[in-house]
Amino acid sequence: MEYQVTWFVLWGVLWAVYFMLDGFDLGVGMLMNFIARSDGEKRLVINTIGPFWDGNEVWLITAGGATFAAFPTTYAYMFSYLYPALLIILFALIFRGVAFEFRGKGEGDKWKRSWDIAIFAGSSLPALLFGVAFGNIFRGLPIDASGYHGTLFSLLNPFGLLSGVFFVMMFLQHGALWLSIKTDGEVRARAEKASSGLLYPVIFTAVIFLTATAFPSKFYDNFAKAPLLVAVPMLAVLGFAAAKFMTARGKWKGAFFASCASIIAVMATGMISLYPNLIPSSIDPAHSLTIFNSSSSPYTLKIMTIVALLFVPVVIAYQFWVYRVLKGRLTVEGVVRDKHSY
Amino acid sequence: MDALMLARLQFAVTCLFHFIFVPLTLGLSVMVAVMETLYVRRGEEKYLRMTKFWGKLFLINFALGVVTGITMEFQFGMNWAEYSKYVGDIFGAPLAIEATVAFFLESTFIGLWVFSWEKVSKKMHATFIWLVAFGTNMSALWILLANAWMQKPVGYVLRNGRAEMSDFGALVFNPYGWLKFLHTNLSGYVIAAFFVMGISAYHLLKKNETEFFRASFRIAAVFGFISSLGVAMVGDLNGQEVARYQPAKFAAMESHWETRKGAPMALLQVPLESEERNAVELIKIPKMLSILATHDPHAEIKGLKDIPKEDRPPVTITFFSFRIMVGLGTLFILLSGIALYLSLRNRLEGKTLFLRILLYSIPLPYIAAQLGWIVAEVGRQPWIVYGLMRTKDAISRNVSAGQVLVSLLLFTFFYGILGVVDIYLMYKFGKKGPEPLSLKAEV
Ligand code: HDD
Ligand code: HEM
Ligand code: HEM
Repeated sequence: MEYQVTWFVLWGVLWAVYFMLDGFDLGVGMLMNFIARSDGEKRLVINTIGPFWDGNEVWLITAGGATFAAFPTTYAYMFSYLYPALLIILFALIFRGVAFEFRGKGEGDKWKRSWDIAIFAGSSLPALLFGVAFGNIFRGLPIDASGYHGTLFSLLNPFGLLSGVFFVMMFLQHGALWLSIKTDGEVRARAEKASSGLLYPVIFTAVIFLTATAFPSKFYDNFAKAPLLVAVPMLAVLGFAAAKFMTARGKWKGAFFASCASIIAVMATGMISLYPNLIPSSIDPAHSLTIFNSSSSPYTLKIMTIVALLFVPVVIAYQFWVYRVLKGRLTVEGVVRDKHSY
Repeated sequence: MDALMLARLQFAVTCLFHFIFVPLTLGLSVMVAVMETLYVRRGEEKYLRMTKFWGKLFLINFALGVVTGITMEFQFGMNWAEYSKYVGDIFGAPLAIEATVAFFLESTFIGLWVFSWEKVSKKMHATFIWLVAFGTNMSALWILLANAWMQKPVGYVLRNGRAEMSDFGALVFNPYGWLKFLHTNLSGYVIAAFFVMGISAYHLLKKNETEFFRASFRIAAVFGFISSLGVAMVGDLNGQEVARYQPAKFAAMESHWETRKGAPMALLQVPLESEERNAVELIKIPKMLSILATHDPHAEIKGLKDIPKEDRPPVTITFFSFRIMVGLGTLFILLSGIALYLSLRNRLEGKTLFLRILLYSIPLPYIAAQLGWIVAEVGRQPWIVYGLMRTKDAISRNVSAGQVLVSLLLFTFFYGILGVVDIYLMYKFGKKGPEPLSLKAEV
């Protein structure tokens, strides 16, 4: 029994870290065309995430792989039920990934403009659809004895969309804060402005989202059982407020970390509400996928726990180190001069 | 076509596409790492330029390998939900381990390698590319252990209506997997070697930067000759493993119909699947098939006729894919042998015909590798997990044929575009040659 709980926590951590990290580069991808005017500025923006986006995306791959290994039945249903949404996310991530590499290597305006669109669409679609998907999972999917009864359009219900918009807002702001600490010059000025401008809408959608969750679902049941846990959603809102406080004082790094904390707290809130489900059924609770009825055998979970405990800390350590080595602000001149940049 | 056929086709298309880029990554990462190490050791600028030139081509290729990999990972759940449910307990583990121990390593350090030229010491920088090379090769190990488990399931028990892991060690030390790993990675090195030799041959023909490309060529020739020999040697062991565990696949690979002892092998052979015989069998070598299968000339080799029809893989595809792969493998030993000899004797430049052959040989190892996967995967049919689960039972139940058709068309379309763009960029930068010497000032 314990291993399933351990893996539930690990599962939550993998998704949360994924959104915390890829969140800023998805945000940067969405903002690029608006914050950067010239080609040099666009390259500057891309290069702030150039070394990091792939390493960030592996958290998604690991979250997927961990779902497969620890909760195979959930992996099977989650991925086949959400097929159309995932397909769109997949193509978006594919085009976004190659766009970073290819954009600077071809010639002509048209070439670059095409990849600029790929970067925007490739960043905003995953942000929106991950929000939609998780909103629906938190609320439950229509599953009964005969299977799944939803479609792509049934996912786009008002709550799903609200949660999609919330993710987009969160990542936009996260990305703006990242640009505020990684760039210099005019881009920096615009990014700073965007970060402080975006914060009110973010806090606003956060509050609406957290309130709306109380209506359609059993979202707060677990919080009612352990009222202390209410601290977690409070922390999410507090994090955004702290970010606002710090941006007003020009403390961009602090604001970025506050935003990181908020994203983790948002995911933690969702995970707490889910427990012990992984995919609750909205029509027949007997067919919810829980950590108990969809998990791997205790033996497999034990092996995977050992692997995770050995290697995940190592990964975190070297990724942290890489961020340290590549710290500091980039400038348009620097990026243009450097033959190795994107 | 029904959802099953479409899903199989989609898996084949996305897999084969992923495997256009992956093997070059496997081989070129190691070669670039060797080049950078030579630069650190000898301090000659030539090696630095080499690292950068081949490194750039490496990166263009790498991007597509990475993005097409995500598809592979998602697809098991999307199209093969019943499979994922039935074997996820044991099959999911190597995939998750692959991400944790290998993908993080390669994707984190590739970013660092590209962006830290001026930030860290030379030695440290070379270490980064070695970590990338190690990570990519590790990722191949884990995915191939997963694939090998489907070829030869080990370390599991049937419990709770599914296959559950009972012995992790058996999964990790599955000899089938280690042979697959060696064969596949060596095939990647062959691809990389012929890639570097071919592009170098182009520039040598144009008399462009001869010093630079002569040196690149030599590294690739050494690499190519060793790996061509290796891939054939390991392939032979692979074949024996197949003969032992998957007699149906082995019989299909050789289009061998009648069970017999001391079976011969015909060098020229054309199967006639519908009549369960071969239309042509010429130049027979006595007992050769038995020798290939077991290294014992008298061994009995099971023929396809003694295998129930519903358990037989498609013979014609499997047979021709195998023959052509092995034929190409022999050709690579020959070509890389000559290349190495000429390169060591410094007699390369005059040999325009040979250089031209090498240029046009760039696609051949790619073809061999694709055919290899077709042998391995088509030859395994009708099983998705050999002897344990049939492919038709593995598909997602709630996914319709229409849905898979749409996704298949989208994959084909988008992958087609990306493939063309990638080849265009490779061609452009490959043709352009290395950056001028003045680069040094900026490093
Ligand atoms: C970890 C598992 C795994 C790995 C590493 C690969 N495959 Fe595979 N392959 C499968 C797991 C699988 C599968 C899920 O088991 C399929 C889908 C349907 C089936 O029977 O097997 C399959 C089918 C399949 C087919 C269609 C066979 C048929 O339906 O007749 C082809 C041509 C390939 N694969 C090719 C490849 C290539 C080119 C790979 C190298 C990148 C590859 N496979 C790696
Ligand atoms: C169905 C099986 C497969 C799955 C699920 C899979 C999954 C993936 C994923 C998710 C990535 C991207 C990693 C990143 O973002 O950095 C990737 C890349 C890679 N894969 Fe696969 N893969 C499969 C087959 C293979 C095979 C058969 C090999 C080699 C023998 C291989 C070798 C690699 C390598 C070397 C990379 C690194 C980048 C590159 O390809 O250029 N993969 N794969
Ligand atoms: C020269 C002699 C060769 C022999 C005897 C040989 C033998 C084999 C055999 C028996 C398999 C099937 C393994 C299985 O079904 O599990 C295989 C697969 C494969 N071969 Fe070859 N091969 C040779 C050359 C090559 C060459 C030159 C390449 C590519 C450059 C190549 C690439 C592959 C690949 C990628 C696979 C699929 C992965 C695997 O199953 O290991 N092979 N080979």
